[in-house]
Parts: sequence; C-alpha cells; structure tokens
Amino acid sequence: MQAEQVEIAQFLAQHPPFDDLPNKALNELAQQVEVTYFRAQTEILHFGKDIADLYVVRSGSVEMYRRNGELYNRLSVGGIFGQMGLLMNRKVRFPATALEDSLVYCINVELFNRYCDEFDAFADYFETDGNVRLHQAIVEQADSNDLTTAKVKSLIHRDVVTVNTTSTIQDIAKLMTEEAVSSVLVTDINKPINDDPEEDDGQVVGIITDRDLRSKVVAQGLAFDTQAQDIMSTNLVLLDANSYVFEAVLAMLRDNLHHLPVVQKRRPIGVISLSDILRYESQSSLLLVRGILAQQSIEDLAHYARQLPNVFVRMVNEDANSHMIGTAMAVIGRTFKQRLLGLAEDKFGPAPVPYCFIALGSMARDEQLIVTDQDNALILDDSYDDEKHNEYFQNISDFVCDGLAQCGYTYCDGEIMASFKKWRKTRSEWFDQFAGWMAQPKPQALLNSSIFFDLDGVWGKTKWADELKIFIAKQSKINRLFLANMASNARNRTPPLGFFKGFVMEHNGQHKHSMNLKRRGTAPLSDVIRVHALAVGSRKQNSFERLEDIIEANLLPEGKAQDLRDALEYIAMMRIRHQAWQIEKGEEPDNNLDPRQLSPFEQRNLKEAFAILEKAQSYLKFSYSANSGVK
Amino acid sequence: MVFKKSAVIDWSTRYEQLINSTENKVLKNFYSSAFNQPLAAIKDVPFVAMDFETTGLNSKNDDIVSVGLVPFNFQRIYCKHSRHWVVQPRRNLHEESIVIHGITHSEVDDAPDFNRIIEPLLQALSGKVVVVHYAAIERQFLNNALLLRLKEGIEFALVDTMDIERKALEARQGLLGKLFNTNLGSLRLTHCRERYSLPAYKNHNALTDALATAELLQAQLSHHYKLETPISELWE
Repeated sequence: MQAEQVEIAQFLAQHPPFDDLPNKALNELAQQVEVTYFRAQTEILHFGKDIADLYVVRSGSVEMYRRNGELYNRLSVGGIFGQMGLLMNRKVRFPATALEDSLVYCINVELFNRYCDEFDAFADYFETDGNVRLHQAIVEQADSNDLTTAKVKSLIHRDVVTVNTTSTIQDIAKLMTEEAVSSVLVTDINKPINDDPEEDDGQVVGIITDRDLRSKVVAQGLAFDTQAQDIMSTNLVLLDANSYVFEAVLAMLRDNLHHLPVVQKRRPIGVISLSDILRYESQSSLLLVRGILAQQSIEDLAHYARQLPNVFVRMVNEDANSHMIGTAMAVIGRTFKQRLLGLAEDKFGPAPVPYCFIALGSMARDEQLIVTDQDNALILDDSYDDEKHNEYFQNISDFVCDGLAQCGYTYCDGEIMASFKKWRKTRSEWFDQFAGWMAQPKPQALLNSSIFFDLDGVWGKTKWADELKIFIAKQSKINRLFLANMASNARNRTPPLGFFKGFVMEHNGQHKHSMNLKRRGTAPLSDVIRVHALAVGSRKQNSFERLEDIIEANLLPEGKAQDLRDALEYIAMMRIRHQAWQIEKGEEPDNNLDPRQLSPFEQRNLKEAFAILEKAQSYLKFSYSANSGVK
Repeated sequence: MVFKKSAVIDWSTRYEQLINSTENKVLKNFYSSAFNQPLAAIKDVPFVAMDFETTGLNSKNDDIVSVGLVPFNFQRIYCKHSRHWVVQPRRNLHEESIVIHGITHSEVDDAPDFNRIIEPLLQALSGKVVVVHYAAIERQFLNNALLLRLKEGIEFALVDTMDIERKALEARQGLLGKLFNTNLGSLRLTHCRERYSLPAYKNHNALTDALATAELLQAQLSHHYKLETPISELWE
C-alpha cells in the first residue's frame, strides 16, 4: 500500500488544474509526484533536451525563456511548466531557470497523459491549439503602439490602383479622379511575378502622382495620349508590407518622397502617403470627435464612422483600460447623436417645444464598445401637444435613429428607440413611469426596463435627464421590493462557468464553442453593480464609478466591490482585445470568444472573474430578498 | 564549503565486522546489502529519509509509534516508493505526543506490533544511506526496538541534516562569532527548511517529516557541497 502524501495533496488541491480533480485522483497524483530542489539561478530545463515530466512550482519562482533568450513567463508558487514540450515532441520548448531557490514537483508524462484522458477539465487546462496564436496576437497588439513598432501594412486602408505602362495619361487622370487617389502604381506586364500566376499585372516599375501630372504633363504641354511609361517616376523605393512605419518615414525623408508603394512578395498591395502617416499619428479619439462635428450630411457621417474601428484598435494598442476605451467610444457615440440632431434640426427646423434626447444602457454608462446597438429616448416638455407636435418629433427621431444605423449603431432589438412613440414621453410622464416601475415593481416589466436605469442626457435640456437621475437615486434607495426585483433580474444571466469544465463535449450548435462575453459577463456584472448602486442611492451611471460609491457607502463585505471591479475590468478587456483582434484580422467584431484560444493562464483568470460574478449573484439573493433589509 | 571533520567511522570496515558478528539472518542480510561505497559521489548515492514518531524522547522508556520512509537521490525524491507504518508501542501513549502526531489511541490499538514491520523496514533501508534530522533519535530508538525484539541491536551509516546544518551555520558564524558566542540559529527541522526557502508544512507525521528531511538534504547538498563530494564526508 502506498503512503498518503497529505502535504502534497493539500497543495495540489489549491491550484488549478488539480483543484478540479476528484479527491481520489488527487491523492493518487500526490503519491506519484517526484520532488526536486533547484538553487537560485540554476537551470531546470535546457532547450531541445528530452522532457518527461510536467513541472509544478511548489516554492520559489521559475523563469521561462524563448529560444532567443527573451523572457517568456515568470512562474510563482502553483505555476506549471513543461506542458508545451510534453504536448509537442517531448523536447523542451521553453528553457527554464530557477529565479529563486525553488522546490518543484514533477509529474511523469505517462501519468500526465492518463489524467488528460480521464479528466476533461484537466485536459482543457492544457489545451493549447489556439492559445499560442491569441497570446501572440495580444503581444503583437500590445507592441504596435507607435511608429517604431507598427507595420506599414496597418496603414493601408484601400485597394491599390494600378495602370499599365502603356495606359494614356488621360485615362490615368480619369481613373485617379474616380478612385479619389493621389497616386497610381505602374505595372509592367512583361515582368511577371513568378509565384503569382493569377491576376498577374506584372511587377511595379513606376509610380505616377498628382504632382507628376502637374509638373511633367500640364506644365510641359504633353499630349493627353502620352503613355504612363513616359512620365512615371522610376526611382522607386518599394516597402515590404512587413516593414515598420518608421522605416517608411525615414525613406520619405531621405529621398524626399511623398508616396511609397507597398509590396508583398513583389505584388503591389497599396501605396502609403505622407498624409497616411500623419493621419495615423492623429487618429486620436478627440480629433475624431472634432471630425464628426464637421460632417455635413448623414452620408458624410457614415463615411467618417468607418474610422471608428481603427480608433478602437489604436486605443487598445495604446494599452488603454476598459474604462478609458468605454468612455472614448461613448463620447464618440454621443457626438454622432449630437451631430445627427443638429442636422435634423437644420432639416426639420427648430423644435416646437423644448426636449431632451437621452441615451440609455451602455452608452449612458460609458461602457460602449465597438459592437453596440442604439438605445435612446426623448423627454418632451410638458407643454407638448401630441396632435400638433408628434410629427416633428417622429421626423427627427427617425432621422437620428436611421442615421445612427448608417453609422454602424444597429437598431435596438427591444425597440427602445426614440423613433417608437411610446419612448417619447413628457417630463411628467417619465416621472410617473419611473415612479410606477419602482413603486409597483413587476419582474417582467423591470426586466425590459432595467436599461432605463442607466440614462444620460445627450442633447437639448440635458438637465431634465439629471433630474430623473436624482429622482431614481432617491426613490430606489427606499424601495426594497423594487431592489429585490432588480436583484432577482440581475441573477438571470449566469456566467458560463460550465464552459471551463466540459466545453470539449459540446460539439453541436454554432456558437457552442464560444461564450458571449457581453451577455454572460460584462452585462450581468453591470446588472449586479446597478442593483448595489441603486441601493446606496448613487447617481453615477458608469459601473466603475458606481463601485466607488458602493465602496464609500460600505455596502458590501470588505474587498467584494474591489473583486467586482477586477472581474469587470478583466472580462471587459478580454472582450475589447478579442474585438480589436477581429478587426485587425478583417473580421466582423463580435462578443463571442472561444476560450480555447486563450492560454491556460488567461483561462484561469477568466474563470476566476466569472466565479466572482457567480458569487456576487448569489450574494444578491439573500441580501435583497423582498422581506429583508438591505444590509 | 569545507567543514571541520567530525570523528569518522569507517563504515566499510564496520559493515564487514557486523556481517560476521551477527547471529540474526535478517540483520546479516541488511549488513550484506548495505550501501558500502565510501568514495561514491553524493550525486550517485541512493538515500532514504527516515522519521519516527515516538511516545517520548527517551529511547529506554519510550517506543516508536510510526515510521515514515521516503527514498530519494540528489536529483529526485520518489514519493511513490515512500512507506508509512503505524505500530503498537509497548508503552502507553503520552497525552502530549498525541497532539503532536495526530495519532490517536484507537489508531494505535489497531496497529501491528513493531515486530511485524522489522523485515519490510530493513528491506526498504537496504542498499541506501539513511538520512534523518537529528541522528540520536532514530538511531537509538531503532537500536532499542530491535534489541527488545531480536535480542540484538542495529548499526548503520546515516546522514544527519541537523549536523550538516550546524556545520553550515558554524562556518557562516566564523571564528569571531564563535569567540563572541553569537547565536548560531535554530536547528529545528522547520527553521532549517526556512533557510532554503522550503515550504512550511502543517502536518507533522512521520511521512511528511521524512519528506521534509529529504527535501532539506537536497537543498543542503546543492548549497554547500559539490556533486563529486564522496559520501564518506557526510555520513556518520
């Protein structure tokens, strides 16, 4: 009979993925462990050597390196290493060195494989297919935050325009006007690109710019049928798609060039101009806001809105946190609404009675991201006369909601938009509406209206929105039944914790492999935080700011509000990075994350964040039951 | 690090003498298979960490309650070959030792007499150098336990991690420290382990303490000795 290793079993029971193992399996594992001690600065694993164990740091700390000597990861107590080597070809992939005096547990590869076979959660932890890719993507994103590390291909926003060496300059001028470009590349059909037999227009041999047409054609009175090859500039500096933006800047300065062709394996993919680089430098959200206000039509606004994904990605790359990004995107969203309302008033004339356009939900909370729908409503002056004024407000509401849709803010599924007559109410009607929701709460009615408890004035009499906020804050605090109903609704959307246990099993259905980070993560977290915020009478709308009020009011047990903040930040950033990554890959951004794309480390953190949500939801259950006090 | 040598027993010769002098078959086997290469480098030596829990500290009046064994070498500690026995002491359990070991009367009542584990114990030790923390306890208790039952005691080479630690601390203390009699530092197993950043263990049974001792020797060897140091410099 084998002896029971209590200390080892107790240690493993505290650390993933071992914490998910049944007791019997855990004890057996503890009995099989081999232990070894490494003095600080001694090598544990050497690159390329055979590896036959999974390693767990029991005490001390261990550093892992890339082959080129860069630090790959630093592990502390409970950290696991060696799995890459075990999963690849049983050769060490990341050499490891003890940073401090360290005691390390070794789990033999046969045992490791057996546990992977027998326990899904254990196997999932080591599932590495996608995670390296995503990890690299995030590292790459994090690095590309300035001219020195961004690549020129990130500046190319449109397809390349090319002409033949024999095209006439008049055709070229027409093409440039049609395509609205300031330069074209000239390709030579007689110089094929060997490895690109299809669509082969030949290699780039020259470039023609606006300036060439001016100085070489018009100024010298050349005939309009002059061929491209006669006027093109041939002292080309070709940039590889993978060269860095700063190299482009250097080339432009050195050779006094304003346009550089970008090629990928000799195939032209675009031209970057000095203005592209300047625009890259000024793509900050503030400039975008100024730009929005300068647009003169819905079409212009819609065109301008196409920059939004780039601004979003840029902010992510600049390491902004979720609060900053949410605020910036909300400011931008608000600006679009303001500009649209300005245009609406230009078109339909000034409003017959004062009004206030309010934003609801994530935009009111400053938690808007790139994938978002519009939630809005109107507060009308009490002198509003339905027969006389309805048409006007229907017109401007339709104008704004349609305009927002064209700018990428999709229509609200729940029909919570100013264009629906029921969401255009007078001030008194709104007070009655909120009073009714709070005094005689019905779960179903509240479920559909919780979005109204995040509201923000955007245009017009914005102080009316503030009055409503104050009213809500005062009333909610004293309405226990209302809070109990809100709390109960806040527990409807559960975190996808089951995912971490058995997502390998779920193969049917399209999104079965992915979890919706908004619906089952940030949104229910915001719901939970909203309930607490209403309970303490906070007038804040943003979840992070609400948490500050909640902490100040001492509502929650020590550390719980901070846990909620960390969980929200983690899941929100996961969602933000996921969307930035999709945008950069040219995909439509969504909220659906496949957890298999995450590293075990990220999976672990995400799981912890969801666990905080789960705990917070069950805390709501007993602290806001209809017949008990708040505290 | 070079330590002052303590009185060294020539275990090679001693084992030869013991093989010839013993009448007992089990002991003769044990001595014949003893690890008998004083010049072997420590990196090649098979060790076994051993810890006893006892009814008290006096080997004349007190008795062994449990035995933990963990085999290891410089590279690895092999938990899967570790052993743990609870045995019936001939003396009553003192109340205080019950608390320390977490072994209760009922557990002991069901346990076999030490007689039953003599053979498997000596077999597990054979061919390996025994490692303990504080040589006197394990050496005297095992000797007396066998004397009582086999009418013959036992001798074996062992490495004492407490002794290694004392020497290391003395070397650190230096001559001046000795002259001024500065505090050497605690030699208790837990405190020795702290110096090498080894984790604190909450459970104290014979098996965990044997594991703790094995880990301590690995740490001491990697801090104070060269891999090629002969085992004869360590055993006593």
